[in-house]
Amino acid sequence: MSEKQQLCTFYLDGLFFGVEVQKVQEVIRYQEMTPIPLASHVVQGLINLRGQIVTAVDLRRRLELKERQADKLPMNVVIRTDDGPVSLLVDEIGDVVEVEAEAFERPPETLRGVARELIRGAYKLKDRLLLSLDSDRAVSLNV
Amino acid sequence: MNEVNELVKEFLVESYENLDRLDRDLVTLEKEPQNRDGLASIFRTIHTIKGTCGFFGFNKLQSVAHVGENLLSRLRDGLLLLNPELTSALLAMVDAVREMLGHIENTGLENDKDYSALIAVLTQLQEPLPTLDTVFADAVSEKTTVVEPAQSPHQRIGEALIEAGKAKPQEVLDALRAQAEGDPRHLGEILVEQKAVEPHELVQALKAQETSAAGVSESNIRVDVSLLDKLMNLVGELVLARNQILQFTASQKDTTFLKTTQRLNLITTELQAGVMKTRMQPIGNIWNRFPRVVRDLAVACGKQVRVEMEGKETELDKTIIEAIKDPLTHVVRNSVDHGIETPEARLAKGKPAEGCLLLRAFHEGGQVNIEISDDGAGINIERVKKKALERGLITPDQAERMTEREAVRLIFLPGFSTAEKITNVSGRGVGMDVVKTNIEKIGGTVDIQSQAGRGSTLKIKIPLTLAIIPALIVTTGGGRYAIPQVSLLELVRLEGEQARKGIAMIHGAPVYRLRGRLLPLVYLDRELKVSAQSSNAERDVLNIVILQADDRQFGLVVEKINDTEEIVVKPLSKQLKGIPVFAGATIMGDGRVALILDVLGVAQQSGVVSEVRDRALADLAAKSQDRHDDMKTLLLLGMGTDRRLAIPLSQVARLEELALTTVEKADGQPVVQYRNQILPLIYVSDLLGGSSASAVSSDTMQVVVYTEEGRSVGLVVDRILDIVEANVKVQQAGRRAGVLGSAVIQQRVTDLLDVHGIIQAASPDFFTTPVSV
Repeated sequence: MSEKQQLCTFYLDGLFFGVEVQKVQEVIRYQEMTPIPLASHVVQGLINLRGQIVTAVDLRRRLELKERQADKLPMNVVIRTDDGPVSLLVDEIGDVVEVEAEAFERPPETLRGVARELIRGAYKLKDRLLLSLDSDRAVSLNV
Repeated sequence: MNEVNELVKEFLVESYENLDRLDRDLVTLEKEPQNRDGLASIFRTIHTIKGTCGFFGFNKLQSVAHVGENLLSRLRDGLLLLNPELTSALLAMVDAVREMLGHIENTGLENDKDYSALIAVLTQLQEPLPTLDTVFADAVSEKTTVVEPAQSPHQRIGEALIEAGKAKPQEVLDALRAQAEGDPRHLGEILVEQKAVEPHELVQALKAQETSAAGVSESNIRVDVSLLDKLMNLVGELVLARNQILQFTASQKDTTFLKTTQRLNLITTELQAGVMKTRMQPIGNIWNRFPRVVRDLAVACGKQVRVEMEGKETELDKTIIEAIKDPLTHVVRNSVDHGIETPEARLAKGKPAEGCLLLRAFHEGGQVNIEISDDGAGINIERVKKKALERGLITPDQAERMTEREAVRLIFLPGFSTAEKITNVSGRGVGMDVVKTNIEKIGGTVDIQSQAGRGSTLKIKIPLTLAIIPALIVTTGGGRYAIPQVSLLELVRLEGEQARKGIAMIHGAPVYRLRGRLLPLVYLDRELKVSAQSSNAERDVLNIVILQADDRQFGLVVEKINDTEEIVVKPLSKQLKGIPVFAGATIMGDGRVALILDVLGVAQQSGVVSEVRDRALADLAAKSQDRHDDMKTLLLLGMGTDRRLAIPLSQVARLEELALTTVEKADGQPVVQYRNQILPLIYVSDLLGGSSASAVSSDTMQVVVYTEEGRSVGLVVDRILDIVEANVKVQQAGRRAGVLGSAVIQQRVTDLLDVHGIIQAASPDFFTTPVSV
């Protein structure tokens, strides 16, 4: 019997990512943001999530991908952390995908830089690869 | 048993509470050993603990509690009298019980520590038992008016009757003696028979006794703090939703809908207030530990200290209560250890042997003031200076020029500790600077005043709550920022010519001349590295927010000053913790997030206050240049053509501009209606002679409202000029009624107004007549 897991998926610069469903608190459309002067450029701003103030981390910047086009509004994937919810800004939201442990493979040695720290590996789906994102590391800016 | 189950948890919470009360009760009891109520309550507490831990199988705890209980029962029955030795032993028992409970809380098991020594002491103290006779002989020979005990419940009724003036002490004493000699009847019965009291008086006293014994009513429940926090958050959301609905109602005409929203509005406001209140706790909750702390310390140092408290019921947010607990304890310990002298030293100075530690708390201007004063030796300035020199905190030159006030403040420098010998009490280098930092962390301020030989007073000012604070909202570079009002001193707006010329540069550092003092300026847009909409140089309006950071002042230049608002403070996530200029964030009425500025952080980043030590040094150096021991904030008034007068701002309640037509007459005296009261007017110019007010041809008059003990009076003056902080050196004192003397303020000769005298002259009964008619 193979272990199955559900991943909440999203797109970033043409790449297909997934985060464990249990980690995701909710997915919401673009919210108005308050920029934070002096903060790391990875942090895009603060959003008001029903009275709670949530920090929004731009995942493109975090993964050192190229900047999102200015006219495209990102979506919020709000994930749970020990420090309260944090929002990950992504391009587009995909479905919830069920993956099997056998389909997982660790990232190749050639994957370097920040991506190596944040991407656990890939699930080989029928037509494409689903990259498993370590959300805890993604929101921790020290890694 | 590895996990602590619910029942045990409840037992622990309850026991801790009881133990805290026990500490207090024992210390009180030591002072008044006759207090049967206190003893009975202590006995009950220990009895409950003993019983419950027997039920849970905590045998060691039970055995300690058991000997304690035995000892207490002897005390309660009057077989022993409480003395310091007994108190210490009982307090040691309380500590042991607390220690064991702590261990149970952490591990679910009893600890392995050996308490047999303590048990032996407690057992031994039960002996030797004085006989009933000796207790009695003592009581009679001491000629105390309060009757010594035979059997406790009866004694209480005797005391009650004496207090109520129904029976004479001698009669009760006789009756007690009769009881001791074998009279089986109740004390009340004996007294009634002796015609010492009327039967109905006895019934009354008995009833009173019953109600007082009933103790605290069971009208409280325990609530988890996290639940309250959650409620607080929900209320915050509700407030936002309400605000949005209210904005929406502006475009609606449906009366039912409008009525409903109005109701929603009211309920929300009330709910918010209610939830805020649940988080409030009286400061007495932490003060209650102090009598015990002081007692232990006093015994250890061989001193006699009495603790007095004022304003125990003053309420503070729970988080603040937690935050000030340790600093306050430290200050209290310091006062006892360093402040109050030994009884011999005190007597030699003509002071009572017993020192007094006074704790005061009161609300003032949306803040809570806490004062801790002792009547001890005060701070030895020379010793403080010497120590600061030794530690290299100041230079000899600075020490020379320092005023007393500045020298006293040296104790707040890090790495300063005055204790000549290190005691286990205080003086380990972590001292007042830690207290200061901790208080400042929660947005408070600390100040100290000391008088050699008379004692010292530490004054702490802290905000009421951290959750909701008043703040000034400003805009810069398109972003809105909230500045906590506690740091706000004043707002200055420069227009046109002033805006361009008002700012001077000292080697590239902008300064503004505020009432003769140079104020460093910090541009918020530059500090935050956001681009301002218009460059600073070509702006024709300059908004300066004057702020207080630590003990320095600086001006923060912002683009726009919006408004003051009550904001709900939310912490920043850890991704943003490293930015010192922000203290948190808040949600504004329109639902958007605004950042809260950390004034001290801004000051530090911009270099207004640099390294802690440098800052203190620079400040001392700057201050020493103009020695002033008597800085006062004064309101400057203009009279006639060029006469200048000053009143201490502290005596001024408000400044008003009133239309001349509002003046009416009451009993021949000019008055105006002011805030639903009749405000008597006094024309200062008439009293002082000189030019009359009529010289000023305008429809309005300037009125300074002066309030004392709930009564107000309006002083009509010609002009209100300015508010200055000045070093007042009175020259040519008191030549004329109404003037205290003259001083040079802002390079002009200014008369200091004797407000008290003026009011007295105009309406002699102002200070004497009661407020209510």
